[in-house]
Amino acid sequence: MDDIQQILNAMMREAVDPKTAAVALAVIGLNIHFGYTGLLNIGQSAFMLLGAYGFAISITQGWPLPVAILVGLLVAFVFALVLGVPTLQLRGDYLAIVTISAAEIVRYVGRSVGVEWLFDLTGGAQGIPGSRYRDPFTDLSFFGSGNTTLLPFNYLDVSESPLLRLAGWLVVIGLIWAAVQIGRGKIGLEGGARTGALLGLSLATILLVFFLAPVAAQNTGVEGWWFTVVAWVIVAIGLLLVLGLTRSPWGRALKGVREDEDAMRSLGKNVFAIKMQALVIGGLFGAVGGMMYVLPSTVQPDALGRNITFFAYTALLLGGAATIWGPVLGSLIFFVGRAAIIAGANTYLSSDQYINIMNRQQTSQFAFVVIGVALMLLVIFRPQGILGDKRELRFNV
Amino acid sequence: MSRTSVLERGVATRAAALLGLFMLVAPLLLLLSSRSADAITLCLPKKDESACIAGTMGTRAKPIEGVDVILTKPDGSTETQTTEKDGKFSFTVTEPGNYLVGVDPDTLPDGSELRPPAQASLRGPDGALKVDNVQLGQNYGATLTVRDADFDDSTNKLDEFIQSAVNGIRLGLLLALASVGLSLIYGTTGLSNFAHAEQVTLGGMVGYGLVNVAGINLWLGGLGVLVICGFSGWFQDRVLWQPLRRRGLGLTQMMIVTIGLSLAMQYAFQYFVGADTKRVVVASATVRNFGPVTITDRSLAAMAISIVVLLLVGYALLRTRIGRATRAVSDNPALAQASGIDTDKVIRLVWTVAMALAGLSGILYALVVNGIKWDTGLQILLLLFAAVTLGGLGTAFGALLGSLVIGLVVELSPLVIPGDFKYAAALLILILLLLVRPQGLLGRAQRVG
Repeated sequence: MDDIQQILNAMMREAVDPKTAAVALAVIGLNIHFGYTGLLNIGQSAFMLLGAYGFAISITQGWPLPVAILVGLLVAFVFALVLGVPTLQLRGDYLAIVTISAAEIVRYVGRSVGVEWLFDLTGGAQGIPGSRYRDPFTDLSFFGSGNTTLLPFNYLDVSESPLLRLAGWLVVIGLIWAAVQIGRGKIGLEGGARTGALLGLSLATILLVFFLAPVAAQNTGVEGWWFTVVAWVIVAIGLLLVLGLTRSPWGRALKGVREDEDAMRSLGKNVFAIKMQALVIGGLFGAVGGMMYVLPSTVQPDALGRNITFFAYTALLLGGAATIWGPVLGSLIFFVGRAAIIAGANTYLSSDQYINIMNRQQTSQFAFVVIGVALMLLVIFRPQGILGDKRELRFNV
Repeated sequence: MSRTSVLERGVATRAAALLGLFMLVAPLLLLLSSRSADAITLCLPKKDESACIAGTMGTRAKPIEGVDVILTKPDGSTETQTTEKDGKFSFTVTEPGNYLVGVDPDTLPDGSELRPPAQASLRGPDGALKVDNVQLGQNYGATLTVRDADFDDSTNKLDEFIQSAVNGIRLGLLLALASVGLSLIYGTTGLSNFAHAEQVTLGGMVGYGLVNVAGINLWLGGLGVLVICGFSGWFQDRVLWQPLRRRGLGLTQMMIVTIGLSLAMQYAFQYFVGADTKRVVVASATVRNFGPVTITDRSLAAMAISIVVLLLVGYALLRTRIGRATRAVSDNPALAQASGIDTDKVIRLVWTVAMALAGLSGILYALVVNGIKWDTGLQILLLLFAAVTLGGLGTAFGALLGSLVIGLVVELSPLVIPGDFKYAAALLILILLLLVRPQGLLGRAQRVG
């Protein structure tokens, strides 16, 4: 039981990690591109990286925090325009190749050491250490110092018996299953009742999970509660924004472009403009995600490379493209699942106590192999993910 | 007993002891003194106590004597050493931090100057070299390069251009081997295969396994790579791509499947082979000079093999029945099927040949750049896509032309822009070309939007 509790704790740490929230934001942006509009953007990491650079460099130049955030957004905005003009008129696979190439160009330029003024700004492949831009954000914290355990009232206060925890986790699974059923419209709740039920179930699940696997962290320090809470609050705001946008006439126009461009054109819509708006808005989400991603760590161009985009796609398809909750659910499952595989492999496949067939480096590589295979199986057998609607994913490039 | 005798006896004992000690350490001292003839001071870093910053002025064959090397310490104070006959200098430092290594220009031989480090991040004031983040217990190499003061870059430009062009053609040919297959797959199935680069890596890895680990002859090993990689293509199509085509899975979804496959393969390479560079052949290659061009035997052989194989592929596509069928499927799969061509068979063959070619490209690439790593393919994946798109998606000869262009751009661009922008330059050219000619160089003008 101790082993299992340790694995669960590792999963929980990953679940509340601000980086998970940051990637969730980028996935929300990708969902606007890929899920709603059908744009095959394989360069989401570039939006993240540019947002992070804009933000971090502005602060190292001594500009105030709000200005730095605006600069990060502006850089991503300009990048979306530059990327969109040549490619949005082209077929989908061209967009894919150009976006991934552009993302690589951004990364190569970021990690280059050949130009002195550029190197002074970006710090090359080593990047910009977090300590140089983190402080203005940390100073905003009103959480004070010290440590907090969430929840302070947890299973240890009731009983240490594994039975209690086992029963608790069964209830968690039941709650998630109920939420998924409601989210997919299998249970006849409509409109406000559905949203309310989903919110209630999510809250209950989160509280119960914290009860079963409490997480202790600093209030304000790096990886502390301040970072976590701000990141997830931004994710919540992002979800509300997407909810509003996709239910508006504009959101329906997005889906129209995805389903049949020519039909939209014949209705007198400016397809290029709609695509461009989607690219910009999704890119801005990516930029915010990038800023959030680097706040607890460093701005390292290689950390925000192609693989982050691929992870974002895995998370999106896991949760369900073209759904509101899919990106967040997918990101959570992706990162928590990866932590579970690594922790599980460390405990059971890499120790003398059980089976010892891999070393500590191999366990994380093993996790990535599993992720790659999972992505393949997911797309083949369940392209709509957990929450998605299969009919919405018939589009093609 | 008088005091003096005690004293004398004491002296005598001490002298005897000293003599004995001397006898013991004499050979050691001799050793040390002979060492110090070719090194200024022997610097051995001690854990948590000291670190060494050492280097040589000039080359090992032509060391420069009598140069004052100046070490600037983190606190701003300096230490100077004059190089002896062997041109070596070696500073022992006891403080961690950032150091600068420079020279006194007056002590350099007449008509020569210190060349500033090529990397901007290492450039200190007055052409000095930055040695940052020195930690105790470590050795740090300081590479100072001296060149003639009247050294003129422009006289070398032409030679440099020719050398880079040859390197570019070499890279282009190797890219062409892989990108022809990528293009054929795209042409016959419409799939952009993101796992193609991992097949290139696979070729190098199989080559490493057969030639280096199992000790098979290089030529036989190369043949083995062709067979194994070709089989991997056949097998992939048999168990993965053909069933997916039958299920009617969309191309976007298939492309994401290839991304998943690429991720899984990359980390499988790391898992099974390791994350460091593996060499297919351990011995270093013979170098030949042709005028301004320096090239290894292996590179020449690799280029020759690439040309022969590419010619064979071209001949097969143009002149043989199966080649014509492939082009027909590429042009219009439905029509090809209607006219009696077994498209599934053609696509199976295309997968097999494409993967064999990618594998060949991988082992040749490993031989030319002297090693293969789990992410070797990943680094050239976008060059492959750039080459295919540049030539025109789905046209085999376009891919060949595109590869040569990309190879030349990658190798020639460092002549005008910083070297680490070379891949970025190739990708930028791709984006610019798509603006003016979206169908690529050899593609047919058609609606692509």
